[in-house]
Amino acid sequence: MAIRRSMGERVFTVFNYTILFLLMVVTLYPFLYVIFASFSKSSLLMAHSGILLHSLGFDLGAYKLVLRNPMIGLSYLNTLFIVVVGTALNVIMTALAAYVLSRKSFYWKRILMFIIVFTMMFSGGLIPFYLVVRDLGLADTRMALILPTLISTYNLIIMRTSFAAIPVSLEESAKMDGATDFTVLFKIIIPLSMPVIAVMILFYGVGNWNSWFNAMIFLKTREKYPLQLILREIILSSNTDSMTTDVSSADKELVTETVKYATIMVASLPIMCVYPFLQKYFVKGVMVGSLKE
Amino acid sequence: MNQLLEPARAGKAAKTGRLRRECGAIRKDFQKNRHLYLMILPVLAYFVIFHYWPMYGAQIAFKDFSPGLGISGSPWVGFKHFKSFFTGIYFGRLVGNTLKISLSTLCVGFPAAIILALLLNEIRCNVYKRLVQTVSYLPYFISIMVVCGLVLDFTSQNGLINDVVELFGGERVSYMLYPKYFVPVYVASGVWQNIGWNSIVYLAALAAVDPQLYEAATIDGAGKLRQTWSVTLPGILPTIVIMLIMRIGQLMNVGFEKIILLYNPNIYETADVISSFVYRKGLMEFSYSFSTAVGLFNSLINFLLLCTANFISRKCNETSLW
Repeated sequence: MAIRRSMGERVFTVFNYTILFLLMVVTLYPFLYVIFASFSKSSLLMAHSGILLHSLGFDLGAYKLVLRNPMIGLSYLNTLFIVVVGTALNVIMTALAAYVLSRKSFYWKRILMFIIVFTMMFSGGLIPFYLVVRDLGLADTRMALILPTLISTYNLIIMRTSFAAIPVSLEESAKMDGATDFTVLFKIIIPLSMPVIAVMILFYGVGNWNSWFNAMIFLKTREKYPLQLILREIILSSNTDSMTTDVSSADKELVTETVKYATIMVASLPIMCVYPFLQKYFVKGVMVGSLKE
Repeated sequence: MNQLLEPARAGKAAKTGRLRRECGAIRKDFQKNRHLYLMILPVLAYFVIFHYWPMYGAQIAFKDFSPGLGISGSPWVGFKHFKSFFTGIYFGRLVGNTLKISLSTLCVGFPAAIILALLLNEIRCNVYKRLVQTVSYLPYFISIMVVCGLVLDFTSQNGLINDVVELFGGERVSYMLYPKYFVPVYVASGVWQNIGWNSIVYLAALAAVDPQLYEAATIDGAGKLRQTWSVTLPGILPTIVIMLIMRIGQLMNVGFEKIILLYNPNIYETADVISSFVYRKGLMEFSYSFSTAVGLFNSLINFLLLCTANFISRKCNETSLW
C-alpha cells in the first residue's frame, strides 16, 4: 500500500513537472518566435512555414530600419515622458490620497472613501469622459494621457491598506516634535512603505507604458504619438511605409514581416527586463488589493 | 396646546444643537488637520473632474446632444435613445456576445488559475517553481497591442497556428475571418496572458494553509489526492469564493480594448460587445447621445451586478469587498 502510493506520487511529480514545463514553453514560445523571426533574413522567413527553432540566417537589417526610423525614436521619447512624468504624478497623488484616507481621526474620511470607491462601481461612460477631456482643452496634448488617469482607485486601496498598517505611535511622536502631515508622509510613512511604493511604480509604470486608447482618441499630431500607437500602425495594419521609404518596393513586402517583429522586440524589451526584479513584491500588491481594509 | 408644541420645539433645538456641534467638530478638525485638507484637495479635484463630471455629462443620454448647444443646452428627449437601443436589431446580439465572452472567460480562465496554483504548490524544487512563476507572469506585462498583434499574426492564413495545423494534416483557415473562431481565440489568448498573474492570489492563500493539517491527514492515511480534496481546497475556499464573486460582479463588463484591436466587420456577429459598440457608435460615428445611452445602460447593469455580488458575499462569507 505504502509502496503503491509513493509510486503514484512519483508519477504525479513527473506529470506535474512536465505539464508546468509545457506551460512555460507555450508562454515563452511566441516571444522566442518573435526573437528568431526578427533576426532572420527576410527572404528566408517569407519562404519558411512552420515553427522556428532558430533564426533563419542572421540579419540585423530589420533592427537597423527600426532604430533608424525617426518615428520610433520620437514615439519612444514620448512614451518615456509619459512613463516618467506620469508615473511620478500617479505615485505622488496616490500617496497623498492614501495618507489622508488612512488617518483615523480625519473627519471626512468615510465620506471621501465612499466618493472614491463609488467611481470603481459606476462611471459616466466613454463619451461623457471624452467630452470632458475635450472641453478642458486637453485634446491633442500630452497631458490628456496623464491627467485623466492620475489615480487608480484599486492602487489607492492597496496603498491605503499598507499605510494604515504602520503604527500610529510613530506619527504621534513625530507630531510631538512638531512635524506636519507633509513631513510625516514624506519622511516617515513613505520610507517605511518602499515595497508598496515599488509595486505602485511598477503597476503605474507598466500601465503608462502600455496605454494607447486615450492617445488614440485624443492625439491628432503624429509627433506626439506614444510608442504603442506606432506599434499599432506597424503590427496591426502592417503599415511600415514610414520605415521602408528607402527600400525598393519589391523588397518592401519582404521587409515588412521582419520589421514588424523587430518593432515588437524594441517595444517590449524594457518591460521584460524590469518586471522579474520586482516579482517578490507582487504578492503583497495583489493580496492587499483583494481584501478590504 | 403648549404641551403639544413643546416636544417639537425641543426636537428642533436638539437638531440645531447637533448641527452646531457638527460644525464645531468640522472647524476643530480643520484647524487640527489643515495639511490633510491641503493634501486631499488635488485628489478630490481629480475625482470630481474626471469621474463625477462625466457622470453629470451622462445626462446627454436623455438629450439630443449637439456640440454647439453643449451638455446643458441640448434639448431633452426622454428615453428615446434607450428605446431605439432596446428595440434595435443589435440589442440581443450585443448582450448575448458580452455574456458569452465573459462567461467563457470565466469558465476557462477561473479554474485554470486555481489549477496552476495547485500544481505549483506541489513543486518542491524552489528554483523550478520560481522559474515557472516568472515565466508565467511575463505575458501579463506585455502590452495588449503586442498580444493582439501576435494573435492576429499567428491565426492568419500563413500564421504559426495554421503551419502546425497543416503539419498534422489539417486545412489552413484564416481564423479571424470566421465568426465561430472569435470566442475561442479571445478566451485562449486571455488565459495565456493572465493565468500566471491570476494564480498569485491562490498561491498566497495556499501558503497560509496550516502544515499541521497535512501532517494529520498523512497520519490518517490520506493520499495526495485526498489531501488536496480535504485539506487544500477547503483551505483556499474563502479566497476562491471572493474571487468568484468579484468576477461575477464584472460579468457584463467586457473591456473594448482587446475587442476593437482583434475584430473586423466579418466577425461582428460574435465579436461585437456592448463596450465596443459604444466606442464605434460614439467615437467613430459620432452618435454621442445614443452611444452614451448604451454605455449608461451597461454601467447600470454592472453596478447592480456588483452590488448583488457584494451583498451575497457579505451574507455567506462575512467578508465584503468594501
